[in-house]
Amino acid sequence: MADTPPTTTDIPSNDTDLSPVGRFLRATEIDTRLLGMIGALMLIWFGFHFYGVIVNGQGFFLTPRNLWNLSVQTSSIGIMATGMVLVIITRNIDLSVGALVGVTAMVMGILQVEILPQYLGLGHGSIWIVTVIVGMTLGATIGAFHGWLIAYRGIPAFIVTLGGLLIWRGCAFLAAGGKTISPVDETFALLGGGPYGAIGSTGSWIVGLLACAGVLWMLYSGRQNRRRHDFRLRPMWAETFLGALGCGVILGSVLLVNAYPWPKGIIRQWAARNDIEVPAEGLFISHGFAIPVLILIVVGILMTILMTRTRFGRYVFAIGGNPEAAALAGINTRWMVLKIFALMGMLAGLAGVVASARLNSATNALGLLDELYVIAAAVIGGTSLAGGVGTIYGAILGALVMQSLQSGMVLIGFDTAIQQIVVGMVLVFAVYLDNLYRSKSK
Amino acid sequence: MTNTGTPLVEMRDVSISFGGIKAVDHVTVDLHAGEVVGLLGHNGAGKSTLIKCLSGAYQADAGEVYINGEKVEINNPRDARAQNIETIYQTLALADNLDAASNLFLGREIVNSMGFVDEAKMEAETRKIMHRLNPNFQKFNVPVSALSGGQRQSVAIARAVYFNAKILIMDEPTAALGPQETQMVAELIEELKKQGLGIFLIEHDIHNVMKLCDRASVMKNGKLVGTVNVDEVTDEDILGMIILGKPVAQAA
Repeated sequence: MADTPPTTTDIPSNDTDLSPVGRFLRATEIDTRLLGMIGALMLIWFGFHFYGVIVNGQGFFLTPRNLWNLSVQTSSIGIMATGMVLVIITRNIDLSVGALVGVTAMVMGILQVEILPQYLGLGHGSIWIVTVIVGMTLGATIGAFHGWLIAYRGIPAFIVTLGGLLIWRGCAFLAAGGKTISPVDETFALLGGGPYGAIGSTGSWIVGLLACAGVLWMLYSGRQNRRRHDFRLRPMWAETFLGALGCGVILGSVLLVNAYPWPKGIIRQWAARNDIEVPAEGLFISHGFAIPVLILIVVGILMTILMTRTRFGRYVFAIGGNPEAAALAGINTRWMVLKIFALMGMLAGLAGVVASARLNSATNALGLLDELYVIAAAVIGGTSLAGGVGTIYGAILGALVMQSLQSGMVLIGFDTAIQQIVVGMVLVFAVYLDNLYRSKSK
Repeated sequence: MTNTGTPLVEMRDVSISFGGIKAVDHVTVDLHAGEVVGLLGHNGAGKSTLIKCLSGAYQADAGEVYINGEKVEINNPRDARAQNIETIYQTLALADNLDAASNLFLGREIVNSMGFVDEAKMEAETRKIMHRLNPNFQKFNVPVSALSGGQRQSVAIARAVYFNAKILIMDEPTAALGPQETQMVAELIEELKKQGLGIFLIEHDIHNVMKLCDRASVMKNGKLVGTVNVDEVTDEDILGMIILGKPVAQAA
């Protein structure tokens, strides 16, 4: 049932033979898989934190600062993972996304640092807009080209994108002769986060309250819709619980990001620039949500709508479930594959924006090995490599799991070799768990 | 049964070959409104291939298709659907990971004014049609992979019936069914026939052919052996055509 969100549950109400937990899950219609992933995430978070407490005398993981950084680090992988879900659902793979991040970031870097200032003037307000549009269009074009080779020329996706991995990484190198392009446009850099690239305390409260309103509205309109069609309603206590849970998580994260203040140096710099006197006890200026995180959230919402509410999303699932049936139902499966790869490419371009903005430079190695993290995120998030099944929120959570592991190991001082070993083992184990889960739920 | 006037469908001189093998070799068949034409023959005789040229799954190498006397081009399943041709494939052609409503409306989803798929409406419509076809059907919210053969079949049939088909192609619709469900399909065919649909029925069970079909076209090795009016021949005659590939002397 992970494929499309059920609008109803019409299993006869034999609730009585279920355990209290089972009854609770049925009433709230919470996906057990989602619970499993959140459980795993909590295990990782608390594990790293208390490892720090025990070994180093202080845990660094569950601090506003680390969690805020974690959210920023997750953004670029998370953005791409939402696209990888579509690719994998339709039984394809895209190994080129890391190289696409590299090449789009490099082209954007050259564009905004060396070309556009000549015509628009350094620091012109539209530089970042032109750059982002060019970057995402370039990504979409390359992705569409991959899709064309796969769908219309019959070359397996694995080969096309493996070739793409090498080709586009090479192009990224050639584009700037291996140089690092830096610094990027000032407004562009905000898209990567950092103290200035976050929306502050008030902005975060506004976003949080809007999100809460959105959650409540969705619950309400869902209930109205079910009533209109005489489908089974969730019990009122379950609706209340879901509303409270959703708003609690949102407001909790607002409190969290607002609890992480700007570093002293930044405050001094900012105060000097704005002619503000810093009091002796210092100023507490909250970061608030980082812009890349908001980008990820918007992408996640849009992609979820795309997958669950549009024909396009339907066809993605149908092609994954039975390509032949999809074709017989009149779906132009080749055109769909081309569009899916174009979308993946566009998201890789957007990830390139976030990654290079965060680094404040375009380097040749940007996005190196990202393809593996992106695929791992999608798969850990429940996207089945056999096709036909996957969710956007799962992939984003998967990205968060991968990134938590990664940065947790950095925090407690594991070196790169061990990090790689652990990430590799987690990936294999996650797929094994997924197999177990599926064979049980059948 | 006498058929006068323009046939609903006429497939004229259709040929298609795969890798040098002529799967369908200059076959001409026709179908009138309110008529059931059985397509018979051994496995590999070319029945399914012929029918796939009409449903748009294959493109014929040669030959024409006429609908109500007008020549039409059917290059893909969308073209066929646009001509009100619906097909129930032998494989059922269901996306196993989707639920009944998603399969029923696959490729023709109901969208609301904002262009979003109206899932609740589709489910409500699915409940209606399934209630008519298979009142016992209850599993609306599980992927069709979780359904029994008969339930899957009824989803495939519902898909063909829901969209007001004028021409219905059924490729062994009862192969996976028990006796009761087979009877249900038989009744459905009678009902659709009364509504004026033309039905091509691929069927192996000679008793079903004798019971359900008005005419039978027999194929062997890609060629048409002949077409007979079912009430003018015996089942042995038809079996003879299938096995020996020789037309019966109808005048006798």
